[in-house]
Amino acid sequence: MTELFEKEEKVIVFQLSDEEYAIPVSKVRSIEKLQHITRVPRTANFVKGVVNLRGLVTPIIDLRTRLNIEEVEYNESTRVIIVTHRDYEVGLIVDAANDVIDINLSNVEPPPDVVGVVEVEYIDGVVKLDKRLLIILNLDKALKYDKK
Amino acid sequence: MDMNQYLEVFIEESKEHLQNVNDQLLELEKKPDDISIVNEIFRSAHTLKGMSATMGYEDLANLTHKMENVLDAIRNNKIKVTSEILDVVFLSVDDLEAMVLSISTGGDGKRDVSNVVDLLQKIEKGESIQTKSSQKPVKNVESFVDLSNETFDQFQIAVFEQSNEQGFHNYKIKVTLREDCLLKAARAYMVFEILEQIGEIVKTFPSSQEIEEEKFDHDFTVFLASKEDASDISARINKVSEINSVEVEEFNIAQYNESKNEQELINQVEVTTQVTETVSVSNSVKPTTIEKTEENNEKSQAKSVGNKTIRVNIERLDILMNLFEELVIDRGRLEQISKDLNNSELVETVERMSRISGDLQNIILNMRMVPVDTVFNRFPRMVRQLAKDLGKKIELDIVGAETELDRTVIDEIGDPLVHLIRNALDHGVELPEVRKAAGKDETGHVTLRAYHSGNHVFIEIQDDGAGINKEKVIKKAISRGVITEQSASLMTDKQIFDLIFASGLSTADKISDVSGRGVGLDVVKNTIESLGGSVSIDSELGKGSLFLVQLPLTLSIISVMLVEIEKEKFAIPLSSIIETAIVKKSEILNAHNQKVIDFRGRVVPLIFLKDIFDVPSRSGEDNLYSVIIVRKGDKLAGLVVDSFIGQQEIVLKSLGDYLQTVFAISGATILGDGQVALIIDCNALIK
Repeated sequence: MTELFEKEEKVIVFQLSDEEYAIPVSKVRSIEKLQHITRVPRTANFVKGVVNLRGLVTPIIDLRTRLNIEEVEYNESTRVIIVTHRDYEVGLIVDAANDVIDINLSNVEPPPDVVGVVEVEYIDGVVKLDKRLLIILNLDKALKYDKK
Repeated sequence: MDMNQYLEVFIEESKEHLQNVNDQLLELEKKPDDISIVNEIFRSAHTLKGMSATMGYEDLANLTHKMENVLDAIRNNKIKVTSEILDVVFLSVDDLEAMVLSISTGGDGKRDVSNVVDLLQKIEKGESIQTKSSQKPVKNVESFVDLSNETFDQFQIAVFEQSNEQGFHNYKIKVTLREDCLLKAARAYMVFEILEQIGEIVKTFPSSQEIEEEKFDHDFTVFLASKEDASDISARINKVSEINSVEVEEFNIAQYNESKNEQELINQVEVTTQVTETVSVSNSVKPTTIEKTEENNEKSQAKSVGNKTIRVNIERLDILMNLFEELVIDRGRLEQISKDLNNSELVETVERMSRISGDLQNIILNMRMVPVDTVFNRFPRMVRQLAKDLGKKIELDIVGAETELDRTVIDEIGDPLVHLIRNALDHGVELPEVRKAAGKDETGHVTLRAYHSGNHVFIEIQDDGAGINKEKVIKKAISRGVITEQSASLMTDKQIFDLIFASGLSTADKISDVSGRGVGLDVVKNTIESLGGSVSIDSELGKGSLFLVQLPLTLSIISVMLVEIEKEKFAIPLSSIIETAIVKKSEILNAHNQKVIDFRGRVVPLIFLKDIFDVPSRSGEDNLYSVIIVRKGDKLAGLVVDSFIGQQEIVLKSLGDYLQTVFAISGATILGDGQVALIIDCNALIK
């Protein structure tokens, strides 16, 4: 569990497949609609390429590929969440970004052994909110650049 | 109080002050009498001390304080500036720089400086005791050492003792030149000539080197072992013209040793022997010093007026540049729309906006320009030290230090230049004896020159040294298998000189610490080429060499050829393109599983970018290939693309930190339609 989740924390909720995921709002710079992506050859398979983000060339990662979830066609609801992590900016392609909510630190539970289809190593924990289950993504691991 | 917010400013300013101290010290070495320079150094050191004490860097403050003490003594005429003292001060500046560097990299700025502190204290102490000794009754003056640092090493003492035993007389000869004497060094040299005929010169004050460089006022002292008697020596010296007075007195080494014991505490002594003389000298010196000071003041004032600047973080400039580029993209769209609508008022406004944004672009690009001085300013120190280490006499002239280059180029160009200068010093300029024998001035000259020409900046490194021995280069290149004997005979001078950039080739007979391991010049060439520049050599045996480095004005905007491969656009820097060609499929030959073409008599391998970049292929094979011939050094390659779009000026951008090294891609750019195009790194494609 990261220290970022202190007591009350605002998180951005996004959708991948049927699961809902969350990342702290402090890490998110913006949420963009999908635009033309320039493919960068000879990079890891989850790196879709780069886009022009207001004059900044920003790499884009397909989170589905990264998390080993089956890929789908991009559609109207597909969003790119631009996150600032360490000293770089990366865009994450998600199925949809629907919500900003407050979560309580005390509600965060360690990840169960099996959560949906996502490998546990990318997960910090889970939060139950009413009937929703939010998976808190570990950005550090999800963004780790290892060539596949 | 939290100091972190000031840390950046502190580091920046410390560096500036240290640089200033460095510059001024070099200046001081040239004009040891100019107190205004000492004042300038003192001011910088003092500010540095204050800042570092406030920031809590005790070591830094302490060392600066010690240095300041010495400077203060110089300022108050208690110590004379000598090369040795300056060496120590330079050493301490080195330490200070290392400390600041440590702080800037997140360290605590601590460093063991006991050695330098010791030396500084010695200089300073020699001083404080000196004041005492001058108050002492002047009974010893006749027999012992005057002038500062008039001490002998063991060898010299041994010589004195031996000559005494063999019936030689030891003399201390003080020669005062006329004040209007123009060629002081020449007169001194003549005196030495005479003295060498009649005996052996054991030591001189100041050192013979300093005398040759005219680094003395109007008098100097020579210790001579000779069989002649005093009056004879005096008469001989007086034959040299422009000599004011000669004092010859017997010098008793036993007495010296005695007094030396007495002096054990006193490290460096400065006692003025003849009060009258000192007065007359200082009288004559004073007016000139004052003039100099005034001149200097004017200079520094002019400087401070010209330098009205504010400090802006380079990141902010980058952001500004990014925002502006976006504006340029929108401008392109606006221009398109206004053309379509054909509304005269709109067209007029858009045209106006285009003009203004064009001006704005120039200004923003200019803001990123920095004078090459920021790189050049560390060279005088380096040359001074290197020349000393190599036992050569070398003067460095810097011309055009105000020439401006883009910040990104400046950051990269430092190391290659260091290399070229070291090369010029080590291999170019000969040893003083060799130079003398060749009928040249003993002091070698290395000129560093920067200037603008067209869209490029040129930097020249010129030396008046030995030049490049073509035969030697060819021999070496043949023995290393770089060229064959047949090809050697066909080569032009330029091509031969270019051989020294080939790796593993060094024409230096022996390897020194400085250079000559044969790795280096090829790295220099590669670095410069990766910056989109080039380097060439001109040389004449016995007269010297000239290294010419050509650099693009800026790296942020480059000219490229845009090409299309399927639906993807790529940019190829014009600097590496030789020409474009359309090749028929039937013209492609196979050689060792490698497709090649015959291009103007040369076999050029083809590189299919579609395969290299795994471009998803849709269309079938074509009968005609569009080929771009690119080069890396002497090697050529043909890049096969689908179509040429055209030439364009683009803004170079990095792919970001996340994608650090992508094969054969050196960066990206944003095209007019807002899409990103990748820039191909031709150097990576040619092996």
